Amino acid sequence: MKKVSFAKGLLQALLMLPLTAFASGAAIHLDRAPVNHQDNESLQRGAAVFVNYCLSCHSAGSMRYSRMTDIGLTEPQIKENLLYAAEKPGSTMAIAMRTKEAKAWFGATPPDLSVITRSRGADWVYTYLRGFYRDDSRPTGWNNTVFDKVGMPHVLHDLQGQMVPVYKTETDHEGKTHQLIERLELAQPGKMTLAEYDGLVADLVNYMNWMGEPAKGERLNIGIAVLLFLGIFFVIAFYLKKEFWKDVH
Amino acid sequence: MNKLLAWVDARFPLTAHWTAHLSEYYAPKNFNFWYFFGSLAMLVLVIQVVSGIFLTMHYKPDAELAFASVEYIMRDVEWGWLIRYIHSTGASAFFIVVYLHMFRGLMYGSYRGPRELIWIFGVLIFLVLMGEAFFGYLLPWGQMSFWGAQVIVNLFATVPFIGEELSILIRGDFVVSDATLNRFFAFHVIAFPLVLIGLVTVHILALHEVGSNNPDGVEIKKLKDEKGVPLDGIPFHPYYSVKDILGAVVFLIAFSAIVFFAPEMGGYFIEANNFIPADPLKTPEHIAPVWYFTPYYAVLRAVPPVLGSQFPGVAAMGLAVLIFFALPWLDKAKVKSIRYRGATYKWFLAAFVVSFIGLGWLGILPATPLYTWIARVLSVVYFAFFLLMPWYTDSSRVGKPNAKWFIVALVVPAIGVVLNAAQAKPLPYVTELLFFVHLACFVLMPMYLKGDQTKPEPQRVTDK
Repeated sequence: MKKVSFAKGLLQALLMLPLTAFASGAAIHLDRAPVNHQDNESLQRGAAVFVNYCLSCHSAGSMRYSRMTDIGLTEPQIKENLLYAAEKPGSTMAIAMRTKEAKAWFGATPPDLSVITRSRGADWVYTYLRGFYRDDSRPTGWNNTVFDKVGMPHVLHDLQGQMVPVYKTETDHEGKTHQLIERLELAQPGKMTLAEYDGLVADLVNYMNWMGEPAKGERLNIGIAVLLFLGIFFVIAFYLKKEFWKDVH
Repeated sequence: MNKLLAWVDARFPLTAHWTAHLSEYYAPKNFNFWYFFGSLAMLVLVIQVVSGIFLTMHYKPDAELAFASVEYIMRDVEWGWLIRYIHSTGASAFFIVVYLHMFRGLMYGSYRGPRELIWIFGVLIFLVLMGEAFFGYLLPWGQMSFWGAQVIVNLFATVPFIGEELSILIRGDFVVSDATLNRFFAFHVIAFPLVLIGLVTVHILALHEVGSNNPDGVEIKKLKDEKGVPLDGIPFHPYYSVKDILGAVVFLIAFSAIVFFAPEMGGYFIEANNFIPADPLKTPEHIAPVWYFTPYYAVLRAVPPVLGSQFPGVAAMGLAVLIFFALPWLDKAKVKSIRYRGATYKWFLAAFVVSFIGLGWLGILPATPLYTWIARVLSVVYFAFFLLMPWYTDSSRVGKPNAKWFIVALVVPAIGVVLNAAQAKPLPYVTELLFFVHLACFVLMPMYLKGDQTKPEPQRVTDK
């Protein structure tokens, strides 16, 4: 009968849960991701970064390589430049790494990234990828400003370089002092300047944002046509009603 | 053509039904804006059935495949993204339309005799719709799907004696799992839609038997011309068919604007957490049901556990829905429409609307002590609207002359509850005490408040 009482315990825990969530949910400032689903050049650069850096540990199981024809790439271009982990352009962005191994390496399975911008939001991903800093207390040597004690190491550190936190001291309403990270500072430069790195992350996030909903462009275009049609239909329906109702007094 | 029609009519009452339900079904000529939502609810039902059929062709009701199959529909199925967004938006649209349709019924007394059965069938439709939405919400198999279902099914586990077995029966397992997904799929795509369509049919049959109410709440069948046609009636077809087309177009403009330009509707129609595949080991930080359930979820959370059992809250939530059934017998007013009711009824209806929207808003937010206290005050108002109705709608009740002070005694403690609970360190017991004063005022109200003073109804409808 152990499992049965588990249900009860779970319910009680769940009813209490929103309380605790609210108490701990301090607002984290997120930078606005400069996404633009129509900027094909940025999307293509982002796709290259994604395939080169993300796709060895993370999958994007719902995304087919061939879909990148939507952002202005041809199938031969996709085959030549982006198809490392799969054989056919029609394949999905699956990876060879097994979940169990991944969990042993990082403490958590790297999540599938197909719709990550739709759950986290593009701003979060943009801030997260620029929020890694050195922290020797962590097994990977890295920590993150928006995802404390993250299991993922800073994969792009050879580009960004190594950031270290600058702390400020804040006193809360109970009079206790806290060390808070005010900003990150470059301790050891990487291959790029920080501005160049921000641009690279912007492209990457733009691509991931596009990959979250590849049909978005089509959706917006068709939406305008549908609303125009309904607008005309409205005028017709309005006068049709008026005509029929003339004799109702 | 006439020969064919005669051939059909000899075998099937086609012309008879056409005339009975459309061309010679006489509806009052004074329907206003609020009367669009019945036909719109039918439109949304058709939209949901048709888009649902196409989704079923590509969706996989399997815990391993479900989440990916939805993304497959969004990407690889021709027009799949459109079908999916239509269906997800349609779910919320259904509740918007149905809530407005029900509010119309409250305003114009459409639940009153002889329309009690129409109302009862309607409340049954509302109940089945809630079930339908709940089952459907599990199918995308995201985090919110999973944990939402977990929370709601566990509510049934709080029922005394049979609760545990009941919740296992619903889940088909000890936790929400593949078995749950499979049975919810079966309920969502066949069992509940069948019941829903059956109930909609009897809802309309009952309506066409007694005839429609109208914003004046007068019976148009009382005054007829020499041919037996109601003086204030016009044939449904073509008058209301062309008018409802206009309503449908306006609705479709709003609907399409959401489908094409804001399908997530800021996270209210499709929640961000539902883009994370269901993970039974990882509880989301904040579990909130979809917006259309939140008024009832807030009632649930407002009631404190008794002897360690959450059942009183669950019972209150259930009662908050079921109490609609009793409405035709709670209302004692001589008139039906709000147009001829007095100020007392209008204040109660306004307070009910505020409590419903307020509870809906609170149900979305995480429960803090302050929010819980506001939800308690609003829950009292919600129930008072129904439970006190036999007294406040009875115009023969004289009431006490000091009723004004009574209203002050009712409102001031409610404000006090909120103000004290909002303090960083609330004064101990004051919130509880003021809340009970507030509650007691409602209980004592029949002794003080004068019954609603209604105005006489006109003989005929007052506008076109």
